[in-house]
Amino acid sequence: MIELSDVHKSFGKVEVLKGITASVQKGEVVCIIGPSGSGKSTILRCINGLESYDRGEISVEGLKVDRDASSIVKVRTQVSMVFQRFNLFPHRTALENVIEGPLYVKRESHAQAFERGRALLARVGLAEKADVHPPQLSGGQQQRVAIARALAMQPKAILFDEPTSALDPELVGDVLGVMRKLADDGMTMVVVTHEMGFARDVADRVLFIDGGVIVEQGAAKALLNQPQHPRTQDFLRRVLHPL
Amino acid sequence: MKGFWHDAAEFFPILMSGVALTIVVTIGSLLLSTVLGLIWAMMRVSGIRVLSMLSASLINVIRGIPIIVLLFYLYFVMPDLGVTLSALQAAILGLGIAYSAYQAENFRAGIEAIDKGQIEAAQSIGMGWWLTMRRVVLPQAVRIVLPPYGNVMIMMLKDSSQASTITVAELALQGKLIASSTFKNTNVFTLVALMYLTMSIPLILLVRHFEKRAGKR
Repeated sequence: MIELSDVHKSFGKVEVLKGITASVQKGEVVCIIGPSGSGKSTILRCINGLESYDRGEISVEGLKVDRDASSIVKVRTQVSMVFQRFNLFPHRTALENVIEGPLYVKRESHAQAFERGRALLARVGLAEKADVHPPQLSGGQQQRVAIARALAMQPKAILFDEPTSALDPELVGDVLGVMRKLADDGMTMVVVTHEMGFARDVADRVLFIDGGVIVEQGAAKALLNQPQHPRTQDFLRRVLHPL
Repeated sequence: MKGFWHDAAEFFPILMSGVALTIVVTIGSLLLSTVLGLIWAMMRVSGIRVLSMLSASLINVIRGIPIIVLLFYLYFVMPDLGVTLSALQAAILGLGIAYSAYQAENFRAGIEAIDKGQIEAAQSIGMGWWLTMRRVVLPQAVRIVLPPYGNVMIMMLKDSSQASTITVAELALQGKLIASSTFKNTNVFTLVALMYLTMSIPLILLVRHFEKRAGKR
């Protein structure tokens, strides 16, 4: 349902994506791993048009992703995004954050949006925090609200951009738990992450990216347990055994 | 200061009629400058090059002309071009335009202070430019913008006295008229100053309140 073919992207003179070709099937969970600065996040940001790309083509459900075309709104309502730093709207309560899109973009009725919004907050375990503003929530709670906000758009896929990297270690589990439940429910997910345990247990496939190219890809367990490429082996060794 | 309270009681009603006009000029030009400033600021951050350049040059032109010259232009030159304005209209228009430049820069600073992640989050749930502005950026920018906005209100209250140069009988002009006919300069202008101060103090307190709120967050 998400197709990337030979995608190139430069920031000024630095080419961060050097021909990425990949696809994500419906219901699949794909984790993207790799060193920082390798272009992982840029791939996600190109998929929902937060970033433009220079060459190649990205399509979502057959719809070409072009951030300057009006069709980008349609792409974004189908592919939601969860950010590393949550990016919740601080001037609105948790519930208001969740129903903002349904109310103002999808123009759902108030009654329906509120009902679904409360149900979604319950689904991420935050029913009792509906009327709290984000600054009063912990990082883990904020990220779960952000996941509920993404779900509220009833997307066909969700992109996660290092969703646990800004969290205190003891809060990571709550967020990963919610994500695992989503995966079990059949949500299509693309996750940029450093959580190798999550990638191994939850992902169907893993892409290892370095220097703007896909160095190695394959079934999650196989790739993480027996990486073939020396760069993958080196990266995994450093991540799993930092000492 | 001899007989100050006696003079104050005598001149107070006339000066109060000036106060009324001062308030009309201040509120009128405040509203106009807010609307215009918001338009310039929106043009500036629209991301459309023509609009943002047009807005930038407009702001610079307005900033580069003294308020008093702007007022003379509207009141004395416009009739030659076939547009006759009353003194009050010219004053509100002139002060409104002059201050729109400062308002615009203030609004722009507030808008640009909003974290880029907020805009990306809005985009990622399918919001377009205008919806992002209205629902996400502007409500947050208001808190940042309010303290300087309050200062502009105080400056406008005082600068409304410049309308006296084009015959608007507001507080400063009424004071000047009384002083020149009674020669009681000290008492009259002290009274005028006290009346401006009385109007400023609530605004000063308002700014302090805004600052506290913006600081809390």
